[in-house]
Amino acid sequence: MSTTASGSAHAAYRDMCAIRGFEERLERLFAQGRIRGSTHLGIGQEAVAVGARAGLRDGDVVLPTYRGHAWALAWGMSLRAGFGEMLGKDSGCARGRAGSKHFVDVERGVLPGNAIVAGALPIACGVALAAQMDGRDQVSLAVFGDGATNQAAFHEALNQAQVWKLPVLFLIENNVYSEMTPIAAMIGEGVTLHERATAYGMRSATADGMDVDGVAAAVAEAAEHARAGAGPTLLEVDTYRFCGHMPGDTEPYRTPEEVERMRERDPLRIARERLLAGGSSEAHVAELEQDVEAELDQALADAEGAPDPRVEELAIGISEWMEAVR
Amino acid sequence: MTSGTATVTRTITYRDALNEALALELARDPNVFVMGEDIGAYGGVFKVTQGLLDRFGPERVRETPIAEAGFVGAAIGAAIAGKRPIVELMFMDFALVAADQLFNQAAKMRYLAADRLRVPLTIRTQQGVAGGGPQHSQSFEALFSHIPGFAVALPATPADAKGMLLEAIRSDDPVVVIEHRALYATRGEVPEGDATVPFGRAAVRREGSDVTLVSYSRGVQVSLAAADQLAAEGVECEVLDLRTLVPLDRDAILSSVQKTGRLAVVHETHRFMGPAAEIVCEVAEQAWDVLESPPRRICGLDMPVPYAAALERAWLPQPEDVAATVRRMLEA
Repeated sequence: MSTTASGSAHAAYRDMCAIRGFEERLERLFAQGRIRGSTHLGIGQEAVAVGARAGLRDGDVVLPTYRGHAWALAWGMSLRAGFGEMLGKDSGCARGRAGSKHFVDVERGVLPGNAIVAGALPIACGVALAAQMDGRDQVSLAVFGDGATNQAAFHEALNQAQVWKLPVLFLIENNVYSEMTPIAAMIGEGVTLHERATAYGMRSATADGMDVDGVAAAVAEAAEHARAGAGPTLLEVDTYRFCGHMPGDTEPYRTPEEVERMRERDPLRIARERLLAGGSSEAHVAELEQDVEAELDQALADAEGAPDPRVEELAIGISEWMEAVR
Repeated sequence: MTSGTATVTRTITYRDALNEALALELARDPNVFVMGEDIGAYGGVFKVTQGLLDRFGPERVRETPIAEAGFVGAAIGAAIAGKRPIVELMFMDFALVAADQLFNQAAKMRYLAADRLRVPLTIRTQQGVAGGGPQHSQSFEALFSHIPGFAVALPATPADAKGMLLEAIRSDDPVVVIEHRALYATRGEVPEGDATVPFGRAAVRREGSDVTLVSYSRGVQVSLAAADQLAAEGVECEVLDLRTLVPLDRDAILSSVQKTGRLAVVHETHRFMGPAAEIVCEVAEQAWDVLESPPRRICGLDMPVPYAAALERAWLPQPEDVAATVRRMLEA
């Protein structure tokens, strides 16, 4: 999968289509009983990851939180590695060790996705601290949901990042619901999440998460601020998931009408209309979409055909420890 | 016991031995840095980092907010990005504030990345029963040993304090070095220079043929004091200092028990589900036939640590408790 580092509108749309198609296939695989445990899809949120990647540079690091498929794919992790991980294959991004919640691609700057909602924020501070100490101009991006802003590690990390003026971006994907509960019911009346930055003396910003270009611009501005040594930004991106929190979510917390209304602002539709308005032909866009579908089908077929992890290699990454206690 | 060529020793405190290890590594490797609460100008509440700020500056002797999840997490991030952070957790009790970062994050990061990341992180902390009361006295070596991921080092002597801390800082995987608060002022011979102590090699602190006393950290002193009392009665205890629980030197335990036929394990932390249970179980599984009496555990009580001196004394295993237990074992 190509990344949008070039900023090309076609590449961005292509990446968003690939992420959407990837997750739609996961829905089917889950229904077929071929995905273990649960999986958290972000259908509707694609523009956030793709836009953020476009606003950053090669070498910038992302630390996603579960519901993080889009982030790894936007950073260039292969579809094959993604499907492979979901199916528990040796070809998976973590060789079948970690699953949906922990997509990873160290070489491309995707640190292991976190299944603790605010767990990645302090770690992102440390990655940024290393860059600051070494004089590198790398930016670290911690990505998390609205619900994570109520967890202690969020507050500890924001304070520390500001005290040390770390080159880190804290990006809230505010999809309105903290799992199955409206975030508005879990914060004080009138509170907006990005304003929590002011308590730490930190810069804050907002972006429309359905607009890939708007996200890219907001992230690029925050990254420039960080690279200039001016410190972190808390960036609240308003988005929406059209799917449930997880398979089987009965969604009593919202109405089908609300979801339909939000679908009118589908980020893929907005990006597609923008391509056409910019002079791309319908035929060209349709061809791009067909290419993505074919690429997805091929990647899934590759993953299905890949070998299972070998039980003889069960202890990869922990074998010395096991030996130490044996 | 030590590697390298260092042979010159001096008598210094456990505290100064730790400080020497930190200074050596800060001077040797530019990627090493120290972080924690009050560790700069104040030198740490137990003065282990005293003088390091002046020598190495605030970038590398880095004061943190009182936010354990925040700075432990930052150390993990720095470690996976190429640094070698050493975190001072002021009290072991505070590890629970950072429990997610320690056990869900640091301990699993390498595994989550399918071996493509390493976490060269050293956590230094101190524990022990010495007047701290219920939230400043707890010992969590069992917790750190139970969850896969950390090496667990518990130095009992100044030489080990230095050598095991050096070894920890040079490890590419997470290590917790658990110091004992009551040992900081103790003195002992410590080699100069690069005197690392490899993990997983227990030390026989006293040889004996009648009973094996297995311990670590301050429990070694308690065991040696009990052995002195028993020697006056003609009972010879072998005192084995495990030094690390992870790695666990099972061979040393088994070979000593094969010699003596009797095992007692001494530690300060709670007995229930504690390290002694694991060690006794290992001996039961591997050396049942050589046991001449049931193994025994002499441990801290299974309740919070009290404050008042008389209550704390009743809580804590004393040399007299160890000696009394050994006498009963020999009568059996």
